[in-house]
Amino acid sequence: MSDSEILFGIYCPPHPQPLLSPEASDGYGKLRDAFETCRKRIEESEADLILVYSTTWPSIIGHQIQGHPEPEWVHVDDDFHYLGSMPYKFKIDTEFAEKFRESAESRGLQSRTVAYDGFPIDTGSIVALKLLNPDNRIPACIVSSNMYANRAETIVLGKSARDAIAAQGKKAVVVVVSSLSNRMFTEHIDPAEDRIHSAKDDEWNKKILEFFGNGRLEDLSQLSREIHGQIRVQKVVAYKPAWWMSAAMGQHNNYTGEVLAYEALHGSGGAVVVLTPSKGSVGDKEFDEDDVEHYHGDRGVLDTGAL
Amino acid sequence: MAKGEIVLGCLAPHPPHVVYAENPEQNEAFAEGGWETLRWGYNRLARKLKSIDYDAMVIFTPHWQTYIGTHFLGLPKFKSKSVDPVFPNLFRFNYDISVDVELAEKMCEVAGESGIVTKMMRNPDFRIDYGTITSCHMLNPEWDKPLVTISSNRNAHYYSPEVMNEQASALGIACSKAIEESGKKVVLISSHSLSHRHFVTESPLPEDMSREHIYNHSQYVWDMKLVDLMRDGKMKEVIDIMPEFTEQTIAETEAGGLTWMMAAMGYPEYPAEIYGYQSVIGTGNLIAAWDPIEATREIVL
Repeated sequence: MSDSEILFGIYCPPHPQPLLSPEASDGYGKLRDAFETCRKRIEESEADLILVYSTTWPSIIGHQIQGHPEPEWVHVDDDFHYLGSMPYKFKIDTEFAEKFRESAESRGLQSRTVAYDGFPIDTGSIVALKLLNPDNRIPACIVSSNMYANRAETIVLGKSARDAIAAQGKKAVVVVVSSLSNRMFTEHIDPAEDRIHSAKDDEWNKKILEFFGNGRLEDLSQLSREIHGQIRVQKVVAYKPAWWMSAAMGQHNNYTGEVLAYEALHGSGGAVVVLTPSKGSVGDKEFDEDDVEHYHGDRGVLDTGAL
Repeated sequence: MAKGEIVLGCLAPHPPHVVYAENPEQNEAFAEGGWETLRWGYNRLARKLKSIDYDAMVIFTPHWQTYIGTHFLGLPKFKSKSVDPVFPNLFRFNYDISVDVELAEKMCEVAGESGIVTKMMRNPDFRIDYGTITSCHMLNPEWDKPLVTISSNRNAHYYSPEVMNEQASALGIACSKAIEESGKKVVLISSHSLSHRHFVTESPLPEDMSREHIYNHSQYVWDMKLVDLMRDGKMKEVIDIMPEFTEQTIAETEAGGLTWMMAAMGYPEYPAEIYGYQSVIGTGNLIAAWDPIEATREIVL
């Protein structure tokens, strides 16, 4: 494992309300304030890269990495189009994007950079970058979430990011864009009456935030399959963001965790969390899933062992 | 005013590869061809459509995914560029489309009255999804008919394929009623593949047909089961087994398109016209049509 300098990590929600309608509810306003706190932290840090892993950018052909130097468009969300448009123009660290691709490929992953005018950057990445880095003061990079990838592939992708950060001597802030529970209300609601969809979702979200608050990121990574089964709508094969985040940040529990906000976003759980590497730890747990360094692809069990 | 009617229903898969392979002037990428079985099938169905009198195309698309109800395009014109987020190397299509807003509003209204959560989409910056563009371009490359685009509410994700079947059926019945009340002649388009497991790698030349095949045999067997039922005019049975088919083949029918269209057409008991079946990056794609008029119904393949 490489020795990367990751200044801190941010976990934040993909929904557009904190960007487009923070005044619509107290909760959206608190999330917006938490984004603002993170923005200041980044500004006051020595970061020279913001690396975004977005769960609202699905890919199929391996892992796609934004490689356009200045992607620019006006984005509209599929569900929340009535909240308004999201014009964006970002500054992408294209040299890092290429290095990330190279690192991913060297660990056995299919990966490619995408650099096309008009490429549709996803809602979650736009919300995060516009609120965390509004003046493009720091170059960014965005990586997709492959819809078929499971644990091994996602962990190797996180390690690839870490390799690339180390290889280029970057001081990076890692941003993971994801809800906690992701079940939204299926009808239109008054934002002032927004709440977490169910008591079960709320309870699990608070348990996850307890782990985040204690800096137990690797423990959350180990719990990902359980989280997926308990509170994630089954859109994709697994809840991956904790796998990727922990692998990218070094697979341990040694963080100072800060939960800056936890609020409902049309029923889903939205939290803004900061994890800063520290010396202290809640201790190592006994992890029962193998670590993986290199991705070897599907095992092809259908083709082996047949009579 | 005469009652409106559905004059044809089309199952029209939307892998962007088929537009890419056609090299229309609107698409920036260039191909050396590929996927001819599908493209030639599309070409033949497009010729049939030229012989039919209709006012608008109504398309149900899996790539406008909504979780808060069903949404309808609600502005008369959309002009921009659609870039496929998964295959941007193949599909960067400059579009200029017209929408039948009156018909869209009627569908939204009738669906709402039947208890379905609905919303009109009136943001002018909204980008049209590549599923809508691919299916409509292949069926009508002249783009001389207005569209109604309906989002796919993801009930299969939130509940189950069974709930998807029920809600998509209710939407289909509501849309059928709205079409009748509109007095218009309409072509329905259900835009999706059948089995939908992709390869996660792509050959250096995407149109290299020596690399193209179905993801696995079980997907193929399931797809052929559906084709056989369609040939036999057993569309109610197709919809009845839809939940199992969808789960077994992670089919794109999960979005509800075929269920919606069949419910709107009253579950046809006549044979479907089969125009072609081919895999695209491992997924199973069928082009088929349901012609309610016996005199013009054909045995194509």
